[in-house]
Amino acid sequence: MNPFDYARAGDVAEAVRLGGVPAAAFLGGGTNLVDLMRETVARPSHLVDVTGLSGGIEDTASGGLLIGAGVTNTVLAEHIAIRTRYPVLARAILAGASAQIRNMATVGGNLLQRTRCTYFYDTDGSRCNKRAPGSGCDAIDGFNRGHAILGASAACVATHPSDLCVALAALDAVVHLQGAGGARTLPFAELHRLPGDHPEVDTVLQPGELITAVELPALPAAARSTYRKVRDRSSYAFALVSVAAVLDVKDGRIADVRLALGGVAHKPWRATRAEALLRGRPASAQAFRDAAIAELADAKPLSDNGFKVPLATRTIVAVLGELAGAVA
Amino acid sequence: MPIIVNGSPSPLPDDPRVSLLDFLREYRQLPGTKKGCNQGACGACTVLVDGERILSCLALAVQYDGRQVTTIEGLADENGLHPLQQAFIEHDGFQCGYCTPGQICSAIGMAAEAKRGLPSHVSTDLTGAAVLTREEIQERMSGNLCRCGAHNGIVDAIHETFAVDARATETAA
Repeated sequence: MNPFDYARAGDVAEAVRLGGVPAAAFLGGGTNLVDLMRETVARPSHLVDVTGLSGGIEDTASGGLLIGAGVTNTVLAEHIAIRTRYPVLARAILAGASAQIRNMATVGGNLLQRTRCTYFYDTDGSRCNKRAPGSGCDAIDGFNRGHAILGASAACVATHPSDLCVALAALDAVVHLQGAGGARTLPFAELHRLPGDHPEVDTVLQPGELITAVELPALPAAARSTYRKVRDRSSYAFALVSVAAVLDVKDGRIADVRLALGGVAHKPWRATRAEALLRGRPASAQAFRDAAIAELADAKPLSDNGFKVPLATRTIVAVLGELAGAVA
Repeated sequence: MPIIVNGSPSPLPDDPRVSLLDFLREYRQLPGTKKGCNQGACGACTVLVDGERILSCLALAVQYDGRQVTTIEGLADENGLHPLQQAFIEHDGFQCGYCTPGQICSAIGMAAEAKRGLPSHVSTDLTGAAVLTREEIQERMSGNLCRCGAHNGIVDAIHETFAVDARATETAA
């Protein structure tokens, strides 16, 4: 691990000031960043500890929730409003990592965690455009069973590893930011980037900009929502494919639906094409299948991950069927 | 502020790169907490901080100033072993013993989580009482690996020690 200066921020303003140094990084629970630093994938000169900031969960005037970026995964999944009003979010968190990691990891850090592509971590033996821009990608023709099938580029086929973010994408969350130039908000769907020619850039955040909170809009339909994660072992593994879904059925027809996929792309994948096909249609297995096939129509599998296309299709159908059954 | 380890305060290391794990083992000479993968995958380094289980290998010691850390060395008291330590012996919850300190600290944290009602990935009801069935224990302990394959004995020991409260809850409900 490279040497660095450590400072604990007393408040958001101090964090932004301290984080304004080039090569500074904000430190949350450390479950990803400390590991990346130990492997010398990340080499910050300054660490600004923000774990003491923004640790609350509050009701908003519009009927949603404002979740401080320093809230741990466990505290968020345990909160009664999350469990009852946004079960997709509680289930996504509980499907991720291990209990020890969930006790440490923060919401802000979860949003900014980096891919677990093994070539990204392999500083000694592999080329990786995300780690060393312009060096090449050894995953594209390598062991790419876990890699992206949607939205990838010739430069990068990595996936975003978060479960929590897939639920936030489905829920139309809003990210609150604070930078040296002031505060702003960002729709969650706009936070993460597709790789394009610059896979080294994961998000649209400005240098030194700090995530202070994540806002969940009021969404009564989300009381009927869930998350399903398909992985190589039954617990403590990253997703091959995951599905976050909210389904609102009225008189047999789909009044509203929110659908997002994990494990398939460089960012949490909001399935807007499937949603558009589903709204207004009868809630039937055929409708779910048509929508899932349409969403995966542009999938471009690599040598080892072609199974993700039918797996994602079937998982979407199964999750929507489960939610529709819960309505009936 | 110092870090309080098993009730005894220690000054922070000067180098912020020192993990909580290395701080415990090398600065405090408490080698009970084990270094397995050193990357957050195995759970051998699990300790309790203010009663919550965390991975000490992914924690920088400087982040934990003023906090109460409990390691395997802090569990037994003048009356003898912690009940879970005794149960691990009786149920053959280990062979080589390398993962055991992490398993035991993790299970103690896990029992506290279940007692306050935290659901798990396998809980069908997110708002019901958290009953520690074998399936629930297996899921909640999935962050602690045992290369000897003593998982059945480990689950037995945890079930015997901590499922009593849960069974009482189940009966009451």
